[in-house]
Amino acid sequence: MSSRLRFAAPWLGFFLFLAFAACGEQPAPVQSAEVPVDTVVAVEDTVTGYPPRERVERLLVATTTSLYDTGLWAYMEPMFEEQYGVELDILYAGTGKALEWGTRGDVDVVVVHDRAREEQFIADGIGLSRTPFAYNFFVIVGPPDDPAGIRGMAPEAAMTALHDAATWPFISRGDESGTHAQEQRLWTAAGLEYDSVRTSGDWYVEAAAGMGPTLNMADEMRGYALSDIATFLAYQGDVDLDILVGEGDAMRNVYAVIPLSTARDSVMADNMRAFLISPEVQELIGAYGVEAWGRQLFTPCAGQDF
Amino acid sequence: MRELAEAFGLALRMIVTADPVVTEITLRTLAISASSTLIACLLFTPLACLLHFARFPGRGAVISFIQALYSMPTVLAGLLIFLLLSRTGPLGSLRLLFTSRAIVIAEVFLIAPVILGLVISALKGVAADATDTLRALGAGRLQVARVVLHEARFAVLSAFLMGFGRAISEGGAAMMVGGNIAGRTRTLTTAISLGIGKGEVAASIALGIVLMAFALLVSLLVHLTGLRRT
Repeated sequence: MSSRLRFAAPWLGFFLFLAFAACGEQPAPVQSAEVPVDTVVAVEDTVTGYPPRERVERLLVATTTSLYDTGLWAYMEPMFEEQYGVELDILYAGTGKALEWGTRGDVDVVVVHDRAREEQFIADGIGLSRTPFAYNFFVIVGPPDDPAGIRGMAPEAAMTALHDAATWPFISRGDESGTHAQEQRLWTAAGLEYDSVRTSGDWYVEAAAGMGPTLNMADEMRGYALSDIATFLAYQGDVDLDILVGEGDAMRNVYAVIPLSTARDSVMADNMRAFLISPEVQELIGAYGVEAWGRQLFTPCAGQDF
Repeated sequence: MRELAEAFGLALRMIVTADPVVTEITLRTLAISASSTLIACLLFTPLACLLHFARFPGRGAVISFIQALYSMPTVLAGLLIFLLLSRTGPLGSLRLLFTSRAIVIAEVFLIAPVILGLVISALKGVAADATDTLRALGAGRLQVARVVLHEARFAVLSAFLMGFGRAISEGGAAMMVGGNIAGRTRTLTTAISLGIGKGEVAASIALGIVLMAFALLVSLLVHLTGLRRT
C-alpha cells in the first residue's frame, strides 16, 4: 500500500499542480477550467420598468480574418471594454463561417465583408442591420516578373487574361470567405461562369485556406492570387509577390458590422455598432497602421452607402 | 536556415525573459491539457479495468473499436463537441462554447480512447497466471484489479502520458470549440496556427519549441520514474 502511494503521489501532485496551481499564479489573464467563465446576471431595468433583460459579462464578436490579423481589434478591444464595462471576446473566421456562427446563435455580433450575403443574412431575420464602417481594397498579386502580363490591367481584364492563358496558377481561397466571394464577382464581371472557371484546368488551384496560407501557396507555385491589401502588406516581406492590379471601385472591400437578432444582450450588441461608427473610433481606424505599415490600412466610411 | 536560426533565438528569448503573452498561453495550455488528462484518467481507468476483467459477448469487438478511435481526427472530435455545445445543440443552454471548459470537454473526448485502450493493453501485460493465483488465494474482484493495476503501473502511467501528449499537441478541436480568443481560450497550438496565418513564422516556431520542451520534460519525468524503480 505504502509503495503504491509513494508511486502515485508525485504524479497526482504533478497533474494537480498543472491543473490548478498554474491558474493560481496568474489569476487575471489565465482562464482556469475550474472558474466559472460565463456568468449571466439578470438586471432589472428600473428606469423603464420593462421585464428584466439579460445582461451578459461577455460580448462575442465574430470578425473577418483580415481585420483580425492587422491587429486592429487588439487595439480597439480595451477601449470598448472600458467604455461599456463588458468583456469583449473576438473570434476570427472567414465571412462564411462567421455568418454560420451567427445563424447558430453562437455569437452576438458579426463583422464581415460580403454585401450580398450580408443582405441575405438580414433578409433571413438573423442580422438586424448592416452598417458599413470602413473599407480598403482588394488587389491581384503575382510574381514580380508577371509572366501573364497583367500588370496595370483592369481587374476584369486581368482575370480574363489569366483564364484564357490557363498556364499560370491562380490560387483561390476556395473557403467561402469574403475574399472568395469577391473573386467570384470578378469572374462574373469578366463574363465568365465561376463554376466552369474552377473546373477548367490545373491552373486553377483551390487552397481552401486563409489569406496567409493562400499567399504562401501563390509564392511557392509562382502563381497569382486575389488578396485584401491589409493581409498582403503584412506578408510582403515573406513572399516574393507584387501588387499587379490595384485599387478601383470594383475592388472596394467594405467591412460592415451586423448586430444579431439572437444576441443575448441586444443593447450591448448595438453598442458595438455605435462604437465602430463613433467619430473617435472612425478617426482611429483611419490612422491605424500608418506607423507599422507606413500607410493607411482602412478608410473610415460611416454613413456612406457601400 | 536563417528562419530556423531566428526562430530558435526568438524562442530562447521568449523563454528566458518569460514573455508575458507566451507565459500566459503556456500556463493556460498546461492547465487545459492537465485537467483533460486528469478527468479522463479518473473516468476511464476504472472503465478500462471493467472492460479488461469482465467477460461478455462482443468484448473483443468493443476493444477493437476503442483502438480504432485512437486515430479519430481532432477536427472531427472538435466538430462533434461544437455541435453538442452550440446554442442550438443539446447542451447549448450551458453556454460552454468558446470557453476553456469546452476545450477540456473536447480533449477528454479525444483522449478517452487512447487512455482506455492503452490501459487495457497495460493490464493485459500482467501475466494471466498471476490473476489466476490471486483468485485461487481467495482474492475478491476489487483486490485482483488493484494488484494487477499496481503491477502494470508503469505501463498505465505511460498510457496517461500518451493521453497528455495528445491533449497538449492537438489544435483542431481547441480551435473549433475554443475559438482561439486572446486571453481566454488561446492555446499553444491555436496560437501557432494564428501566427502562421499572420505570417509570423519565427514566433510560430518559437511557440512550437515551447510546446516540444514541455513534451520533452514530461517524457523525461517518466523515464526518471522508471529509473528510480530499478
